[in-house]
Amino acid sequence: MMDKVRATEARRRAALNGIADRWAALPPWQRLIGVAAFIAFLYYLPLLGIPGLTWLRTDSIDGGNSWAGVLFTCAIYVLVAIGLNVVVGLAGLLDLGYIGFFAIGAYSVALFGSTNSPVVKWMQRTFDLEPTWAVAWAICIPLAIALSLTSGVILGWPTLRLRGDYLAIVTLGFGEIIRIVARNLTGVTNGAAGISAIPGPEGAPSADNKIFGLQDLKPWYWLAITVVLLMVFAVRRLENSRVGRSWLAIREDEDAAAVMGVNGFKFKLWAFAIGAALGGLSGFLFASRNAFIDPSQFNATLSILFVAMVVVGGSGNMVGVAFGAVLLAYLPERFRFVSDYRWVAFGFAMVVVMVLRPQGLIPSRRRARELQDRAKEAKVSV
Amino acid sequence: MNFDELFGHFGQHTVDGLSKGAIYALIALGYTLVYGVLRLINFAHSEVFVVGTFAVLGAWTAFGLQDNPGAGQAILFLLIGLVAAAVASGGTALALERIAYKPLRKRNAPPLVFLITAIGLSLVLVEILGLLLPRLVGGVFPTLFGRERQIVGMPTLIEQKALITIGDTAITNVQAIVFVSALLMMAALDWFINRTRYGRGVRAVAQNPETAALMGVNQDRVIMLIFVLGGVMAGAAALLWSVRFGFTQSSLGFVLGLKAFTAAVLGGIGNLRGALLGGLFLGLVEVYAATLYTSAWEDVVAFVVLIVVLMFRPTGLLGESLGRARA
Repeated sequence: MMDKVRATEARRRAALNGIADRWAALPPWQRLIGVAAFIAFLYYLPLLGIPGLTWLRTDSIDGGNSWAGVLFTCAIYVLVAIGLNVVVGLAGLLDLGYIGFFAIGAYSVALFGSTNSPVVKWMQRTFDLEPTWAVAWAICIPLAIALSLTSGVILGWPTLRLRGDYLAIVTLGFGEIIRIVARNLTGVTNGAAGISAIPGPEGAPSADNKIFGLQDLKPWYWLAITVVLLMVFAVRRLENSRVGRSWLAIREDEDAAAVMGVNGFKFKLWAFAIGAALGGLSGFLFASRNAFIDPSQFNATLSILFVAMVVVGGSGNMVGVAFGAVLLAYLPERFRFVSDYRWVAFGFAMVVVMVLRPQGLIPSRRRARELQDRAKEAKVSV
Repeated sequence: MNFDELFGHFGQHTVDGLSKGAIYALIALGYTLVYGVLRLINFAHSEVFVVGTFAVLGAWTAFGLQDNPGAGQAILFLLIGLVAAAVASGGTALALERIAYKPLRKRNAPPLVFLITAIGLSLVLVEILGLLLPRLVGGVFPTLFGRERQIVGMPTLIEQKALITIGDTAITNVQAIVFVSALLMMAALDWFINRTRYGRGVRAVAQNPETAALMGVNQDRVIMLIFVLGGVMAGAAALLWSVRFGFTQSSLGFVLGLKAFTAAVLGGIGNLRGALLGGLFLGLVEVYAATLYTSAWEDVVAFVVLIVVLMFRPTGLLGESLGRARA
């Protein structure tokens, strides 16, 4: 039975590699057209009306959620997956507290951008400002990125020297600390009551907003997908740079990398900080669209879901992790009857993928080969 | 900062902290044993504990435990609970090893793969206990599983009474039972690892798996043994938890497991006596912190302590190593 599974697996892998090879062999202009067509399709998705494909829409079922809203969530999760992929997939650091950075990003726009936040109220009192004053949305973007990046460095500085598995637990603890602090510091974050009226690109949410309103979610999706595409491009450039190669070297063998002159700690900290910044950015978008956040939205199970997206999709490969993210965000929405069982399904999927296919569904080729090499070196006795 | 309360009732808080820490220490043993031999964080160990609490509840319900039984009956039910929890937890731990970890080990998978598998297993176990079982059999055994993800109460086995009072400090009978039984279980485990033939095998594999194999130690059996031992200790912790707190919930394991792991790291992971020390230390720190600030902050303090200890003493208070526990 196992042999049969392995044989099917080998055939599937050959077919996948065939597709990838053929794609890589195309002349550049054809690839460019392909990418452009795909991007155009992504922008067209919320209007999806192609006959035969409309069943994909989540509002095609009873009580389904707004299709553009689900797409927006998918886009946010893809952004999270891309950021976490830098940490887990490229640098090989297991970060179980990614939700912490997501929360920091979300809370930075909430605390500084919403007129309901205690921080803004305090600023109004201290500096004699009008009661409608709050930090502008556009200024909150760099603020969110800076704050999450800084927190990534602050967390990474002491902990990245630890062994990999200790790091996992410490980051898990970090994610919990952020949530508990947000819940307990009532004077700063409103505690469990949460913060409402978080602004979007057009300011605080109201019925008068022309583009980024409460009803029509398509502009939100287009905004998110634009950010995702920009970040995919940026991370792709990073991957193929000196920094990216150092990450891979550290992931494969830290000692060998150190011998070759790669400063492990420095590059790990870079990976951690960049990952944190991307997490903060996605949290920022999430909070702007939601217009309301409270600490219970940032619990540890969501953090583990993020890791599941990356791992099931195929850590190290951006196409893979994006696929994993869409899968895990979309399936429970379209197939409502499974949404109750989604955690058990995710857990099961994580185990099955790790045991049968540790490189993920759409793996990075380098990573797959690495794992094959390790399997060959396995000791016979155990 | 409520220093008056802390120092005014210092003895009482110390007693509370020690009895809390004893349960952490018992769970921490499971992490430490597995880590000491395999260098693997068995993330699903917290769920092994939760399975144990449900087993205790199941056994007590099956044998018809009423609130506050007499002393003889209470001892009988303690034994029944211990056997049920030990079998359920030990069995679960063994199943995890056979189903998930062994195939990975054969393939020499990197540590991250093990950890992610363990997280997946942990999710599956939580959902089975919290969602699937209540849906399937919740109607038949409502007292056992209740509604989905709900807190399930247990009958009170022993009524809390002050046993000894020294000044302001009252030690209740339940606290004394929890503390003393935890110490006994740990002493037994320590004896087993350090004094018996099987224990020697465990230490040998922890020290050097290849050499141990050459000397005729069956590695596979040792690995199964440590999973079962860790599971049994988690079962004992589950029983003590049930006696002390009288409730269980499918999501109970997450925070408790994190704390127990913290305790294991604090004392030096892979070191049995370190787990005891770390557990008691963490229990004390938490109770003191909860008194100084509020109980809402105790988890934060526990994690901050973990980070600080790892920064300044990454090998824990007593240093790690199961192999060198007693050469």
